[in-house]
Amino acid sequence: MTVLDPQTLGENPLIEGLERLPVPATTLTIFGVTGDLSHRKLLPALYNLAHEGALPERFNLIGVARREMPEDEFRAMAKDAIRKFSRREPDPTVLDGLLSRMHYVGFSFDDQPGYGKLRELIERLDADGGKLNRAYYLSTAPEYFPVIVEALREAGLNYDDDVDVRCVIEKPFGTDLESALELQRVVEHVFREQQVYRIDHYLGKETVQNVMAFRFANFMFEPVWNRNYIEHIQITAAEDIGIGSRAGYYDSSGALRDLVQNHMLQLLTLVCMEPPASFEADKVRDEKVKVLDSITPPTPEEVYRNTVRAQYTAGHEGGEEVHGYLEEEGVPDDSRTETYAALRLEVHNWRWAGVPIFLRTGKRLARKVTEIAVQLKPVPHLAFQSHGSVGVQPNQLVLTMQPNEGVSLSLGAKIPGSSMRIRPVNMEFLYGSAFMSQSPEAYERLILDAMRGEATLFTRSDEVIAQWSIIDPILKAWAADDQPLHTYASGSGGPAAADELIAPHRWRGL
Amino acid sequence: MPDDVWREEDTTPAAVEAALRRMFTERHKEERAYVPARVMNMVVIVDREFRGEILNRLRRVGRFHPSRLVLVAVEPGRQRLAATARIGTEDAPKSGSIAVGLERVELLVGERHLTKLDTIVDPLVVSDLATMVWSPHGHQEGVDALRRLAQIVLIDSLDEPDVEAALARADDLSSDTYVVDLAWLRSTPWRERVAASFDAPQRRKDLGKISAVTVRHREDSRAAALLFCGWLGSRLGWEPGAMAHAHGGWRGHARTRKQDIKLTLEPVDQNPPGLAGVTIELASGQAMSLDRAPGGLCARRRERDGTERSWIVMGASRGEGGILGEGVRQALLRDPTYRPALKSAAAMVG
Repeated sequence: MTVLDPQTLGENPLIEGLERLPVPATTLTIFGVTGDLSHRKLLPALYNLAHEGALPERFNLIGVARREMPEDEFRAMAKDAIRKFSRREPDPTVLDGLLSRMHYVGFSFDDQPGYGKLRELIERLDADGGKLNRAYYLSTAPEYFPVIVEALREAGLNYDDDVDVRCVIEKPFGTDLESALELQRVVEHVFREQQVYRIDHYLGKETVQNVMAFRFANFMFEPVWNRNYIEHIQITAAEDIGIGSRAGYYDSSGALRDLVQNHMLQLLTLVCMEPPASFEADKVRDEKVKVLDSITPPTPEEVYRNTVRAQYTAGHEGGEEVHGYLEEEGVPDDSRTETYAALRLEVHNWRWAGVPIFLRTGKRLARKVTEIAVQLKPVPHLAFQSHGSVGVQPNQLVLTMQPNEGVSLSLGAKIPGSSMRIRPVNMEFLYGSAFMSQSPEAYERLILDAMRGEATLFTRSDEVIAQWSIIDPILKAWAADDQPLHTYASGSGGPAAADELIAPHRWRGL
Repeated sequence: MPDDVWREEDTTPAAVEAALRRMFTERHKEERAYVPARVMNMVVIVDREFRGEILNRLRRVGRFHPSRLVLVAVEPGRQRLAATARIGTEDAPKSGSIAVGLERVELLVGERHLTKLDTIVDPLVVSDLATMVWSPHGHQEGVDALRRLAQIVLIDSLDEPDVEAALARADDLSSDTYVVDLAWLRSTPWRERVAASFDAPQRRKDLGKISAVTVRHREDSRAAALLFCGWLGSRLGWEPGAMAHAHGGWRGHARTRKQDIKLTLEPVDQNPPGLAGVTIELASGQAMSLDRAPGGLCARRRERDGTERSWIVMGASRGEGGILGEGVRQALLRDPTYRPALKSAAAMVG
């Protein structure tokens, strides 16, 4: 086969001005296709991409799961999932078109002959018009990630001379530093790093990407974006619901693994990173890794001083009485899994030295909100001391990811009247009012990017290892600590110990 | 919560603007979650008798609607201004979320007001937001009057029966405003698919070997077909030649240093406006074509040895409501390829 060098050919002149860039012909194999993530997110995302004409001309989906199932049954199952969870009403013709490209192979993930069947199917689909790129999406329980990756290599499915082969790996990438390193050893033995796309779906969210746009497309914030002007930063990911039916997963995971190690550290890196030279995948990820490397892994003593973990107890959610965590179905009576975690971290570099960064996340809190609040230092001299007002408050910049996506800046303003009384007012930008268009689901963007080989919004191996290097000492220190866990009432703002952690500052109200 | 409405006969722009401000303050007092949309102003000039039809079209644009709509209804012989202003919300606000407000002003004007329409509309648009003008029933003098304050003009080159005049008008508007042409937007899926067909490295070199392009279009959509050919020509560096009417369609050539490219426009029967199909042939005998089909576009590829394959490229039709919504959305983006395509298309009819 003649290999053509795209460099000599140059860019495709026809893509200039197009919003939707071409996606190479691909056979996408989803392992764990009968699972919850596939039903709720992946299959609906694929439908919406098909609806918008964003899937490549030649596209096939192969579903893999443990149980045997006729292809018709799989298609019926996929149809139900899409109808139930798609963000738009499916167009029957497009849906039928997509279903007709869906295939199914049932085998246990550790059953090597099953991969032979998968290979046969992939090659049969190639026969209809030439080889297609291969993308494997690992949406299974994490213990199967190394099993599947190894088996793909055994079956010779991990590399092809003629087409691109990519492997998308869902979170969690490991459950601690050791397991992440072990998984990485397996993955790098089978795939080159450029072939691996580790998902953190937060990065696919428009509002998360907007953190970078906000910082690097607006010159006015850069001069104050440092230790000289910023007093502290709060990153919050609060949920108002409990663990629902996920006791099995959640009790072995906890808040720290579930949200802090991945999503919240991603937000931290986006807030603290230096401007990349360009928006290329490795340039962006280099800067993110530098931030993570600048956070010294805490000692046991620092863990004790700078972290809080807690469990929710009975309380109220939406006016209704709700159980505490230990009374939830499937949770062991003696569980010490945290449903709330608060951390104080510091980025030890020239820009951020001395600026505390507080992270908190929890289930069954007063309100659902994900936000980054940047608290600036107070003005150096207070000229306005009039009584009868709350006075001059430090400026606060809040980037809200959900539910009211936007940016808010608090400013001091004069209260109308004869005396110089000041109160804070908000200057707000709201996504919902400034862009009336509906944002695509994070998974739509990420699936397309993976098929296109665009890795900017995926986590690189050194990045995920750097994340675990920060979190692992906390996990170990917590495991060794037999003191009773802090608690907080369901529907409250969190445990009192978290208020002590942030003192003399205060958490933003939920 | 119902819309707040204010009406006045024999009014002035200043009175309308004051009423809007007052209604906003009142609304915000009653509904703290109320937030005015701040995307763009849209000024629409219509014949009074067809205003309902245009309002219906605007309702179908979904979430892509402008934040402040100024509908200028032209009533023959009218001497004095009349206005209705209303503010409301798109959806009932959910608990804990914002209620995005929409503002609509309807002005009743006479023809005599059109040449000075800028002095009437200027106080009514939200400052610092982009302003788009759309005039689906003609009234070009009204559009020209607003060019001073508008950054974007929405047109549909298919509305003008004289294709040469349509392209010339679009070119003239492009000189000082950003033109969003619905005829161009209808061809977006076609352009995307053609770009994708030549995107693989082994296919990209074929772009230099194109020998013939045939565009099938609805009878009244020749402007869309020309814009498509203009797009290919401008992107690939072709020198366009004039097309001539022949065999019920239009034929002509474009030139490169190496070869001539045969261009053919074929009118066909179809319901939706715009393109019906595209065939691109290479000197080697290879060809690719796209045609409308249920659930997307039917793609066909003929290889050098004569073997043919076909498949469906999935995609749902946006419908005309969706196209207008896309036009509103595109107003805030910039497509650098439209104007060169327009110039190239104009050379093909000129």
